[in-house]
Amino acid sequence: MNMAARIAEAHVGLTGVTRVFGSDPQTQVKALGPIELELRKGEFFAVVGPSGCGKSTLFDIVAGLSPATSGKVTFEGRPLTGSAVPDGIGVVFQEDASFPWLTVADNVAFGIRRAGLSEAEVSRRVTATLALMGLADFAKAYPAQLSGGMRQRVCIARTLVQRPRLILLDEPFGALDQQTRLIMGEELLKLWRETGATILLITHALDEAAMLADRIGVMSARPGRILDIVETPWGIERDSRVVSDPRFGDITGRLWSRLREESMAALATAGQ
Amino acid sequence: MRHAAILRLAIIAAIVALLELLSRSGVISRFVAPPPSEIAVDLVRLLTSDRVQAAIAQTLSKITIACGAAIVVGTALGVLIHRSRALAQTLSPYFGAYYAVPIYAFYPLMIAIFGIGEAPQIVIGFMLAIVAVIVNTINALDRIPRVLRKTVAIYGMGSIEASWNVYLPYAGPYLATGIKLAVAYSFIGVIGAEFIMSRIGIGHEIVFAYNNFDNEVMYPLILFVLLVAGTINGLFSAWEKRLLGRRSRS
Ligand SMILES: Nc1ncnc2c1ncn2[C@@H]1O[C@H](COP(=O)(O)OP(=O)(O)OP(=O)(O)O)[C@@H](O)[C@H]1O
Ligand SMILES: [Mg+2]
Repeated sequence: MNMAARIAEAHVGLTGVTRVFGSDPQTQVKALGPIELELRKGEFFAVVGPSGCGKSTLFDIVAGLSPATSGKVTFEGRPLTGSAVPDGIGVVFQEDASFPWLTVADNVAFGIRRAGLSEAEVSRRVTATLALMGLADFAKAYPAQLSGGMRQRVCIARTLVQRPRLILLDEPFGALDQQTRLIMGEELLKLWRETGATILLITHALDEAAMLADRIGVMSARPGRILDIVETPWGIERDSRVVSDPRFGDITGRLWSRLREESMAALATAGQ
Repeated sequence: MRHAAILRLAIIAAIVALLELLSRSGVISRFVAPPPSEIAVDLVRLLTSDRVQAAIAQTLSKITIACGAAIVVGTALGVLIHRSRALAQTLSPYFGAYYAVPIYAFYPLMIAIFGIGEAPQIVIGFMLAIVAVIVNTINALDRIPRVLRKTVAIYGMGSIEASWNVYLPYAGPYLATGIKLAVAYSFIGVIGAEFIMSRIGIGHEIVFAYNNFDNEVMYPLILFVLLVAGTINGLFSAWEKRLLGRRSRS
């Protein structure tokens, strides 16, 4: 398959996806959609949107954690039912999901041990992943002994070690300080280049989206729809230095102009 | 930390030394209480004779049964109650008030139901211990964060695997608190009940010795109860601390 055909192949496809919470028509919440979206294989896609617009709801649907109320979601051509997370999808949450009773190495080994890999293969993969994530010196530490950023790295390592083809991250750096976020962002770019995985990153930080993503989907206020898709001109070898590129301001400016009204709308409805 | 531990030991040593002094100088009559050093010697003699061995074995096995049953049944009930938020909320005031009820007041009822044998003591130990287990199980399950439940879903775990490999280890230190309390309460329950009515057991031996002015048996047995309860509690506290230690920054 040539490069153009690979890019054109939709890795994840959403058509007419909606999500409604509750069954009582009086109280039900239209949280999402309808959403039309295609993620290309190997691209880094970011989603930004006002708070409460349904980003996490979208995330859960793409992860296969919960079903769409209507519409169709496919991953590698096969439909997602929302009852199980398919092989090949890796998920990182905003909250610290590390297992506090296991060492860093055992945390990272958890999924592949469960999958029945031989102990030699487990240890080989864990060692490689820890090195990739800069955690090699902390293999025997417990999560509580690490900083928030390091713990999030453990969660990312635990996902990467399974070699996902699609990595989903829901505000993974939301709880971290600005400098750590930038560094973690650079590392995420490095991982993306090294693994060749498709990445879907949910974030509320416009600069993070502008720096990291190939394309950025801008969502409307609830029920969230994709209002606009903004492409970035950075090459594949980008890093956090793009923030001083004059075009960086244009991109965040465009994102903000699309989001400003939506954010005000979201604030207004949040008061009800 | 080290200082605190030394201080705690020093306090006990000071109290023992004071009692020793008061008793030896005659301020406390020997007939009321012998000096601690003599009690210790008496205890060694008592334990090496077969005078109270059967009683000790009886009491410890009653405690083991009461405590074991409270842990198993209490954990199961805690899990069941936790499943229904409404039920947990309805029952929570009862759990709060439970330890305000002097359970020994039900002793006549226990005898009526279970007879004069050793069963009533076990039942009282069990009843004292079980609510601590239920409450701590519910508390432990409440602490499991939502993101851990999502993680379990990511791995596609069934509910048994999730409970065993994720929820139980996560909740371990909080469950340990319930187990520690269950041990303490079953001690109190069983030995307390033996005081009131029993034909065999440490509590019974202490009362028997008291009625016969037998200080050479009564005080050593009291010391024995203190030592055993203190040691077991210390071991469980150390276990709990070890589990929790991994959770806190060092
Ligand atoms: N299980 C649920 N039941 C009912 N309503 C829900 C549920 N989950 C989410 N919602 C509602 O759906 C809407 C979208 O929620 P969602 O968490 O997807 O938003 P978000 O964009 O991720 O928000 P944030 O910016 O705070 O992360 C919100 O109004 C939320 O209250
Ligand atoms: Mg969210």
